[in-house]
Amino acid sequence: MNINATLIGQAISFAIFVWFCMKYVWPPLTAAMEERQQQMSEGLANAEKAQEELDLAMSEVENQLKEAKLQSAALIDKANKRANQIVEDAKGIAIQEGDRLKQSAQADIEQEMNSAKEALRQQVAVLAVAGAEKILSSSVDQNAHSEMLNNLAAQL
Amino acid sequence: MSAETTGNASSAYIKHHLTNLTYGQHPDGSWGFAHTTAEAGEMGFWALNVDSLGWSIGLGVVFLLIFRSVAVKATSGVPTGLQNFVEMIVDFIDTTVKEAFHKANPLIAPLGLTIFVWVFLMNAMDLIPVDFIPQAFHLVGIDNMKVVPSTDPNVTMGMSFSIFFLILFYSIKEKGAGGFFNELARNPFEHPVFIPFNLFLEILNLVTKPISLGLRLFGNMYAGEMIFILIALLPAWIQWSLSVPWAIFHILVITLQAFIFMVLTIVYLAMAHESH
Repeated sequence: MNINATLIGQAISFAIFVWFCMKYVWPPLTAAMEERQQQMSEGLANAEKAQEELDLAMSEVENQLKEAKLQSAALIDKANKRANQIVEDAKGIAIQEGDRLKQSAQADIEQEMNSAKEALRQQVAVLAVAGAEKILSSSVDQNAHSEMLNNLAAQL
Repeated sequence: MSAETTGNASSAYIKHHLTNLTYGQHPDGSWGFAHTTAEAGEMGFWALNVDSLGWSIGLGVVFLLIFRSVAVKATSGVPTGLQNFVEMIVDFIDTTVKEAFHKANPLIAPLGLTIFVWVFLMNAMDLIPVDFIPQAFHLVGIDNMKVVPSTDPNVTMGMSFSIFFLILFYSIKEKGAGGFFNELARNPFEHPVFIPFNLFLEILNLVTKPISLGLRLFGNMYAGEMIFILIALLPAWIQWSLSVPWAIFHILVITLQAFIFMVLTIVYLAMAHESH
């Protein structure tokens, strides 16, 4: 155990090793570690942001769903009203049409009745004349009495 | 074989294990390896403990190669295997440095990392059974081989004096020469009369730092190594009963000593940066 130049040799190698470590070992290692730390914190921040965005999107979806429901309810309501309206309108038209048909039928009937009456009158006049002829034989002048009989028939 | 010769053999065995492979100039002027501690002592200061220096530089290179290979391939993706392990150590050092050292200095953390891993590796050589490597070198004709660099005071003091130099450098750089002198002269008693006394105390305090730092590591490792050598003197069939518990306990010691060396370095340098 003697103190000798080994001391100096060790000091020199110590200095060289420390210099090498400081220059070529420490910086790349810590740089990689720091970069990883950065990436991790970024990743965590991103995850947090994504979660927030998801929450936001969820509430947005809920709002839109609610709005859509309201809109569809309004649409259904409107459609129901419109359907009722159409039914009401159709009913009115049908009633009108029915009335009109009834009226025209009535008019037809009346006209038919009148013409039948007219025909009957004619026939009654003829029958009356024929009857009278039979009763009176041929003593009655057909021409002389036809006007009287027509008048009689018109009174019927 | 008498008790005395057994004792001599044991003491020779221990001495042999504690002798460095020293290269230097013999008193007669020739260069070569010393065969005994005494011979190494005669070589004076300009001699090298080739084994300590070789193992310590080798281990330092191993450390830097491993860490550099990871640093080159380091990605910010999911770390695997070795990168995970290296990052764990780097993170541990980084946390320790941030707790103790509050100024910005790009040297401190790499310095801490180098000290921790390098000292740990040097200490860990202690866990290799004491005779393995020396016997291997004996077979190729090299007689002395101390494989634990941190049991050589040259190694530990070489590091602690480097740190002492850094303490002085940063004290003067951060506070200026005058500020540094002021700090030494005006603590602990702020009165002109006490200046010489303060200087004496503070300089003693300052010089004690590297010496205690280096001697603590050396003392712990030397004592641990000594116990391994003593255990190795027992009969072969019983050695495991002591060497295994001691080795397991030693795992704690070598880690702790490496950690203490690093933390004290950081703390001393933090004190050099901050004025009280």
